[in-house]
Amino acid sequence: MRSLPRSIREAAAVLRRRETSALELAELAIARARADEHNAWLHIAEDHARAQARAVDEWFAGRGPGGGSPPALAGIPWACKDIIGTKGVVTTAGSRILEGYVPPYSATVVERLDATGAVMIGKTNLDEFAMGSSNENSAFGAVKNPWRADRVPGGSSGGSAVAVAAGEALFALGTDTGGSIRQPAALCGVVGMKPTYGRVPRWGVVAFASSLDQVGPFTNTVEDAAIVCETIFGKDERDATMVDLPGDQLRRELDKGVKGLRLGVPKEYFSVKGMEPGVEKAVRDALGVLEREGATLVEVSLSLTDHGLAVYYIIQPAEASANLARYDGVRYGLRVDGPDLVETYRRTRGKGFGPEVKRRMILGTYALSAGYYDAYYVKAQKVRTLIKAEYDRVFETVDALVTPTSPTVAFALGAKVNDPLAMYLNDVFTLPVNIAGLPGISVPCGLSEGLPVGLQVIANSYQESSMFRVAAAYERATPHHLARPEQVAA
Amino acid sequence: MAIDRSVVEKVAALARIALTPEEVERFTGQLQVVMGAVERLKDVDTKDVSPSASVLPVRNVMREDKVRPGLAAGEVFANAPKGGRDGEFFRVQQVLEERP
Repeated sequence: MRSLPRSIREAAAVLRRRETSALELAELAIARARADEHNAWLHIAEDHARAQARAVDEWFAGRGPGGGSPPALAGIPWACKDIIGTKGVVTTAGSRILEGYVPPYSATVVERLDATGAVMIGKTNLDEFAMGSSNENSAFGAVKNPWRADRVPGGSSGGSAVAVAAGEALFALGTDTGGSIRQPAALCGVVGMKPTYGRVPRWGVVAFASSLDQVGPFTNTVEDAAIVCETIFGKDERDATMVDLPGDQLRRELDKGVKGLRLGVPKEYFSVKGMEPGVEKAVRDALGVLEREGATLVEVSLSLTDHGLAVYYIIQPAEASANLARYDGVRYGLRVDGPDLVETYRRTRGKGFGPEVKRRMILGTYALSAGYYDAYYVKAQKVRTLIKAEYDRVFETVDALVTPTSPTVAFALGAKVNDPLAMYLNDVFTLPVNIAGLPGISVPCGLSEGLPVGLQVIANSYQESSMFRVAAAYERATPHHLARPEQVAA
Repeated sequence: MAIDRSVVEKVAALARIALTPEEVERFTGQLQVVMGAVERLKDVDTKDVSPSASVLPVRNVMREDKVRPGLAAGEVFANAPKGGRDGEFFRVQQVLEERP
């Protein structure tokens, strides 16, 4: 075997038939990760992966913990965005301020994957503290798109998207605050999913904007995404920002089809400035496929879509400026000494944070400062209430929404680095979903100019089941999820 | 209100971030552009609308007040910055003045 199987399902079958071992799969993933030319990995945890794989092989040999047959993810090599804490494995959040930081505990999502026997190969590159849409804001270098080396992979979970797209891991975890899973999934041609706010524990995940952040998977197929979600969903008492819902049986939904479903097409998502015609065509074609599969398409209006960006660029930096106050050089990470403690804080943060993080700290602190708090922060929170109410109204009449994930295909490295607003506009279709706390998934829906386009399916809160139903029906009806960059196919 | 260099300097001081003069210059221009785009929120009528800090439909989440093991001190202090550890304490510069 020279390349990894094409899906978790395939790999699990091969492992179950004992045609390969978890250790062989891990060695293959490690070799592929080491040969990666896209700067997707910040740390390859070879020894850790081998130890996990050996333990799973014991399990397959009937000597596992508590006997029984290992779960679907046992022995599956995966990649972890380096903003998710991993006990004993360095976790940097893509920042110099956390360089060399080794967490004394693992995030709940990592504990849950560990318990299923999934094998973590290493930590993936990202925009510093997940702040970015191109992965150019990493303190450890930009990530390149495996479809074209002069293009960005999207961000902020760019390394995770690339690890899956380039066949270096069978799934990856990312975090999504304004599109950081769905947008890179779209730009790299893989499946990427953000769960409803409050469904996945964030214990042990480096906090960015706490009312928006959520952890979710990158996979090759919709079914694989459902498998990972079934493992990471569900209440953790260490995270107080969760709903107490049982983990869903999402795989049951996959074969139900879209016949009889009403799918909303928000007209504002197709009239945005800067939308590429090739992207619009691929998405319109996808809507046609869903209609042929039996769905009813309904045009709907989300009139506040345009205001999502403004709401997001108040709330998100404001929360981030509070969350990142903890990086002060006292207990971990970088410290740059000054003549007194305040000067030590200032120098540590001035040197430890990159330009985008500083920009957002300034923006967020400004929005929260005396005299502007009501005009910006409270105002944005009020508009957020209206945006949520608008989605609530639309979901009274439709089962899911279908939209483009991003207005463009992967753009050129360097193209938007000096124009923050242009960069932020890339997330115009994904960030309203975070503002309203809804689940969203991006699935590959063809190519434009030889680069992948993503179809976004958005569902009402806690209705991941209908979202998966639509995404799986689309995937069954088209071959787009099979397209891979050339060097991987070769 | 206009964002000028002094606003950026003041906010950077509040955020405890040392900026170079070039950074102050660059961020001033960029913040003007971003805040200009954000101004559009003023057009949305929010009379009688309550703010949403979160969309989560839960309040005051309680759990049993149980004693459970904390983190191993050795692992926690292992991450202390260079020169920032003094036994089982983090060392920082003097904060309080000595009494005369």
